[in-house]
Amino acid sequence: MGMTAILASILDGVLIGAVYGLAAMGLTLIWGVMNVINLAHGAMIVFGMFGLYFLASALGLPAYSAVPISIVSGFACGVVLYWLAVHRIIGRPVLMSLLATFAVNMVLVGIGTALWTTSPFNVSVTLPGITWGDYTFTGTHIMAAVLAGVIAGLLYLFLHHTRVGKAIRAVASNREAAELSGIPTTQILSMAFGLGVALAAVSGTLIATMFPFTVLSGDAYQLKSFVVTVLGGLGNPAGALLGGIALGLVEGLTTPFMPVSWTPIIEFGLFVLCLMTFPRGIFALSKG
Amino acid sequence: MWRRPFPWLVVAVALGVALVPYWTDDVELREGLVLAAVYVILASNLNLMIGYAGYVNFGNIVFFGLGGYVGVYLVSEWHWPLLPAAIAGGLAVSAVALLFGLGILRLRGAFFALATIGINEAVRQLVTNFEPWGGATGIYLSFDAYAPLGGPMQALWLAYFLIVAVMALSLLASYAIRNSKFGLGLLAIGQNEDAAATLGVPTPLFKALVYSASAMLPAVAGAIYFFKLGIIEPTGAFNLGLSIEAIVMVMLGGQGTVIGPALGAFLYEELRGALLTTEAFSHFQLVIAGALLLLIVLFVPGGLMGFVRRRWPRLRWWLE
Repeated sequence: MGMTAILASILDGVLIGAVYGLAAMGLTLIWGVMNVINLAHGAMIVFGMFGLYFLASALGLPAYSAVPISIVSGFACGVVLYWLAVHRIIGRPVLMSLLATFAVNMVLVGIGTALWTTSPFNVSVTLPGITWGDYTFTGTHIMAAVLAGVIAGLLYLFLHHTRVGKAIRAVASNREAAELSGIPTTQILSMAFGLGVALAAVSGTLIATMFPFTVLSGDAYQLKSFVVTVLGGLGNPAGALLGGIALGLVEGLTTPFMPVSWTPIIEFGLFVLCLMTFPRGIFALSKG
Repeated sequence: MWRRPFPWLVVAVALGVALVPYWTDDVELREGLVLAAVYVILASNLNLMIGYAGYVNFGNIVFFGLGGYVGVYLVSEWHWPLLPAAIAGGLAVSAVALLFGLGILRLRGAFFALATIGINEAVRQLVTNFEPWGGATGIYLSFDAYAPLGGPMQALWLAYFLIVAVMALSLLASYAIRNSKFGLGLLAIGQNEDAAATLGVPTPLFKALVYSASAMLPAVAGAIYFFKLGIIEPTGAFNLGLSIEAIVMVMLGGQGTVIGPALGAFLYEELRGALLTTEAFSHFQLVIAGALLLLIVLFVPGGLMGFVRRRWPRLRWWLE
């Protein structure tokens, strides 16, 4: 195998990694604001995937029109989930929030399996690619990476330059102080949860433009999100994007040499290793 | 330990469960009870983690599957008798868990839980790619394996008695740990890990030890169970669904009590049986389990036993 092919595989991995980063950003945002690890994250990624399937394949809308729609509907879904399952366990032991969101995941995946079985779905999106030597970068991968970058940029602007965004950051750094300054913290928590879920859903939509998927795909991407969050440092959205790109790079580097069935083993190994050596993340910046 | 009524209650119930199907020669009842006993073993050992130390272990089924693999491998390839093979499986898996635990249990709270989520998938893939254990097809036991025990009929009854014995041992161990200094340390970790460490509880060591202890009996049970089944393969051995259901059982019966998880396991088994026979609900088994778990977590975090003990405090003497 030539150097170009390996380099191309790495670059392609980086493009996909940007989308992993976007998914992980949702996870890390929710953790940073309310110390809840959302184990229904995978289910929400699948929600975004099926969103694309219904809008593009069933209704015949242009594929990328699903992106804003899944952001909005993901946000709505997240707010509902917050009030149903998360609100009562804010401030209770971590065990309880893990179990509650895990239960939500079970319910959603179970309903999805009953409705659509576990057979694979595929949405074919055609975009012209960029040819480099005898290697072609798929158009959908480039588009997904660009959109992931744009959405991450918008999120940054939102968190730093709007009143609601600033309120979310205030609640993340000290909820009591935020409440005393007149911020309605409960509403802010529900919005932050909605935002996190919206990020999961939109990254699911982007992944579905690139790869086939099933109802159970969420688990694999959820694991990737955890690896990315740990690489980037929990509660640190900017680190998540870097962590995602790093994971994509590792995947791009290993795929030419190893069968796909080893991917979860490598990712899990990486995950445990990171947790043990850098419990605060490799890209952990000073928070705030 | 034997001064309280609880351990005697466990022994009596186990004897009854073991002997009733044998005397009536009711094979159907036996098969139902095997499943219930496995559930009780899984739930009771998981409770050491969830209920005592306050740490959720999403990959608890890994112990059961790995123990099964070690046991079946020893019986089939090295021609070991069942009991030593099962004990060897338990010890081996427990040792691996201790090593892994010493590595990851320095992690606190949520980080630890995240590490256990990936472990089931990683181990399943590892075993699928591991040729000495038959890869994706697994290991089949030939009929000869049952010959030393006097044929398949006798072997199945022996396996049944052993599983019931492991169930009783799980409950007794859970009771003994709860009433020991070790158990007290675990409960302190569950309440407030910082405070426990300040008061001199060696928290990383205790967490690794309880992780390892909760691996032992499920691994022994796995070896016996898959011996009885006659075949072990990765999808059946590392069934994430069962891992999840074990969590539901612990929470349903009441985490942190000795008898609660067993009660939860039994109730869940009954519920599951009822759901599976109802055509409309058989597809929604995990949905209903999930909804049940959510309702318990949100509204009755103490589970059934928590409710009973608050309502009738006098029963505490009888129900640990």
